[in-house]
Amino acid sequence: MPTIILNKEVFEKLVGKKLPLDQLKDRISMLGTDLEKIEGNEIEVEIFPNRPDLLSEQGFARAFSSFIGVKTGLRKYDVKKSGLKVYVDKNIKNIRPYTVCAIIRGLKFDDEKIREIVQVQEKLHTTFCRNRKKAAIGIYPLENIKMPIYFKAMKSKEIKFRPLESEIIMDGLQILSKHPKGRDYAHLLEGLEMFPVFMDSNQEILSLTPIINSHLTGKVTKKTKDIFIEFSGFDLEAQKVGLNMLVTIFAEMGGKIESLEVIYPDKTIVTPNLTPSKMKLDLTYVNKLLGLSLKEKEVKDLLERMGYGYEKEEVLVPAYRVDILHQVDLAEDIAIAYGYENFEETIPNVATIGEENSLEKLQNKIRDILIGLRLLEVKNYHLITNEDLTIKMQSKNKVVALKNSLGEHNHLRNSILPSLLKVLKDNQHNEYPQDIFELGRTFNFDKKEETGVKEEDNLAIMLCHDKSDYTEIKQVLDALISALGLEYKIKESNQNSFISGRAGEIIVQNTKIGMIGEISPEVLELWGLVVPAVALEINLETIFKIIISN
Amino acid sequence: MESIISKLHPLERSVLPVLLKEKEISAIAKLSNLQEIEVMRALQWLENKNVLKINVDKKKIVDLEENGIKYKKEGLPEKRLLQSLTEEFQSLGEIAKKTRLSTEELNACIGILRRKVAIEIDKGKDLMLKLGPQGKKLLKDGSFEEKFLTKDFPLDFDLIQDIDKFAFDELKKRKGLLKIEEKKTTTVTLTELGKKLASTKIDGEVINRLTMGMLKTGSWKGKNFRAYDVEINVPKVYRGKKHFVNEAVEYIKRIWLELGFKEMSGNYVQSAFWDLDALFVPQDHPAREMQDTFYLEGKAKLPKFWEKVKAVHENGANTGSKGWQYTFSKEETEKVLLRTHTTVLSAQTISNLKKEDLPAKFFSVNKVFRNESLDWKHLFEFYQVEGIVIDPNANMKHLKGYLREFYKKMGYPNVRMRPAHFPYTEPSVEVDVYHPIKKQWVELGGAGIFRPEVVKPLLGFECPVLAWGQGMARIIAEYWKITDIRDLYKNDLKQIKEMKAWIK
Repeated sequence: MPTIILNKEVFEKLVGKKLPLDQLKDRISMLGTDLEKIEGNEIEVEIFPNRPDLLSEQGFARAFSSFIGVKTGLRKYDVKKSGLKVYVDKNIKNIRPYTVCAIIRGLKFDDEKIREIVQVQEKLHTTFCRNRKKAAIGIYPLENIKMPIYFKAMKSKEIKFRPLESEIIMDGLQILSKHPKGRDYAHLLEGLEMFPVFMDSNQEILSLTPIINSHLTGKVTKKTKDIFIEFSGFDLEAQKVGLNMLVTIFAEMGGKIESLEVIYPDKTIVTPNLTPSKMKLDLTYVNKLLGLSLKEKEVKDLLERMGYGYEKEEVLVPAYRVDILHQVDLAEDIAIAYGYENFEETIPNVATIGEENSLEKLQNKIRDILIGLRLLEVKNYHLITNEDLTIKMQSKNKVVALKNSLGEHNHLRNSILPSLLKVLKDNQHNEYPQDIFELGRTFNFDKKEETGVKEEDNLAIMLCHDKSDYTEIKQVLDALISALGLEYKIKESNQNSFISGRAGEIIVQNTKIGMIGEISPEVLELWGLVVPAVALEINLETIFKIIISN
Repeated sequence: MESIISKLHPLERSVLPVLLKEKEISAIAKLSNLQEIEVMRALQWLENKNVLKINVDKKKIVDLEENGIKYKKEGLPEKRLLQSLTEEFQSLGEIAKKTRLSTEELNACIGILRRKVAIEIDKGKDLMLKLGPQGKKLLKDGSFEEKFLTKDFPLDFDLIQDIDKFAFDELKKRKGLLKIEEKKTTTVTLTELGKKLASTKIDGEVINRLTMGMLKTGSWKGKNFRAYDVEINVPKVYRGKKHFVNEAVEYIKRIWLELGFKEMSGNYVQSAFWDLDALFVPQDHPAREMQDTFYLEGKAKLPKFWEKVKAVHENGANTGSKGWQYTFSKEETEKVLLRTHTTVLSAQTISNLKKEDLPAKFFSVNKVFRNESLDWKHLFEFYQVEGIVIDPNANMKHLKGYLREFYKKMGYPNVRMRPAHFPYTEPSVEVDVYHPIKKQWVELGGAGIFRPEVVKPLLGFECPVLAWGQGMARIIAEYWKITDIRDLYKNDLKQIKEMKAWIK
């Protein structure tokens, strides 16, 4: 999740009140943002992804000021019509179809403000804009631009301009392969023949979006007073709100917002539009969900502390909020304003009956039996290497692989025995006997399953010491099965990883429930083990079904 | 004295009288008719009782090797050569015949005698030798080496006198004659108590181990039992044992059972539909990207009502929500993955409930997966404690109430809730507990009330569902003072055996 760094002085000026440090820390946490730290003049705050409108000093201060009761209620922002136009070419439709734009006039930039703008643009790009995939923002000094502006697609070779941070003019393909920003974002234009650009009426390219602005027409400096903003991408509604977040930040900096007409082949929209949206609020619903009995007046106050307006059962939602989908979102903000710390803790007097999962119960029982036999339970990961599952077990069974594991553990185990052999391998410095067991899940392909993978809980036991032999492991099996009130037979059969003639299938009521035998010296050697081991593995689901049916 | 005697082991009783005569362990063994190892054990016990002191000396010992033994018996070869010589020159061939020395030996001897100026040599066609004046003297007096060999071996290296040093050095240079070994000699010195004890007559007839035979025949009657040192340390035995993580898991499960919750279970391999979409996680949510979630090959089958979920994502459908306002991708929802949270079980459980089942409470303490590289604070699979309360009358206060009750039983009586964000809950809550030792708030996980967009498609109607999902690794690791989280699944058998039980 993104963090932003606030200049404490600027922040306090914007908020309109200076709080003692303790209170400041507490209030930031209770507003619903994670305070990372306050050091000197810097406040570092983590912003949750549902509140991109807080990703700037201005946005955060706006919310905070309302929350602590300094400037509450809906903020009003004036929007004047500029009369200027942006034309959207029909050839952009399948490339990057939407743009929304705005003009801000009368800004006074200094180094600090430029830093703030770069920060907010970058934070919005990585979060709200999904690393520029969903949308991207461009900001240009108005003075170098001849209106109207055109948003269109051009052949990559024909796009020629000097990008920011470059000394030379490049074409579209050169930017993608040579410019640092081009290389970072080249994947966003991969496979396209035509690239999206903004161009002014002097035929000057303002930017190759979503990559980089032109040095000539797209560089904001301390001299810049008026700017043109575009927010372009694939999600028109999100872009509109995103633009509103940006223009209100500039308005908080002292700029005047002007709208312009964005003319699509089939429609014209005027952006930005800062009219708050309206949402019905059911007071009973809110009180029931929160367990409170708030009056309308109280709810109005609480809403205003979260920056909303309230008129006759309707909430006026600021045009920069993206996260209000349902009145439940308003209920949460009411709860935040009320203070999470102020809710009582109660457990309702409702009777329900607790119940443990039956297979888990059986597993606990088996665990008890085996502990009584002085075995030691181990616990391994379900993820393991392919080599451990196949080569080292001399098995050719198909194993379920992960597509994208960051580590070497990139397969799901189909048996617990490899996990136990791994434990033995890692414990050769410890004393013997090493008699261990594990209860856990195994995975195999099965087309009948919803996901194509069948999961079963298994039990595996392994006894390892100088004199371990078939008799010993069969004694354990005997003790276990008879404790479960069942009878079993062993049918001799050769099994992967076992010595042939010393292994068999375990049969209970004519159903195979597992296998038992002496681990073959080849397998022991592959694991680097020099102490004999005997083992069994049992499918618990099968045994559970048999017990239930009895 | 009496109490010492009563506790003496039979071995100690056998050894004690011998100690007045013998001090060295092998001699003690011989005289007491025991094996050295038995004597050693008895001596150690006696030392613990302050009866004697064991001294271990390391000594360098000079001993004969194969040739040394041979020459000691037959005389040194150069002596034999010397004896065969006369004052007339003889050819080497003749000498060889007489002395029966090999060419190699002969050459070596000639070298030695030449250095001693004992012989004269004529290098004609054949090598000729005769006895020199110095040789005669040597024959008469004998060499230093010869004299050295007559000593009793093994010799104490430190006791070799200067006068013998030359001979020793010369012989040491020669092959297979002498060797120097380190030898440990164990001797005992009796303490005052020991001296008294050793000269006391100790009655040998005590019962050491009570046997079946004695009980059957009654032969124990009228005899004394040797008293044991009951404070003595004994070799460790180990119990069979549950894995310690399972001990903790069981404890946590019991808390929820006591609170009237039913256990949920389900698959680790899930579809993106159940793990994410049914929980209203937008399809372009950063957590869904490859680096956070383990994906598998293949396409999952979707339940019949999947299109209801799709509609809720796209426009909110009948939930009163606007939805995420995008086009829902079927391909995305069919992806197969390892569950990233047990909240997937909550979703599945809710989808199986009917109105008459309410109110209902469910929990799970089970594994979830995140695509992380293993390091001291990250695991790719770990436990999550999950709970839901589906109750038409549930509210925020209850959420706080249930969590407080749970954490109280876990040993954390104070719980704090802070605002947070999760795509599937509203209000969303971050749960902190007050750590009584660290004296600070510790973040343990998320909670909240499921959004109507989650509940309505699954349950068919709106109902508040309190929900939480908390990591437990931190609490479990802390109990056993584990700082490297990987040690939870290291399976070091010694460590597992020796760990204390989970007692809260």
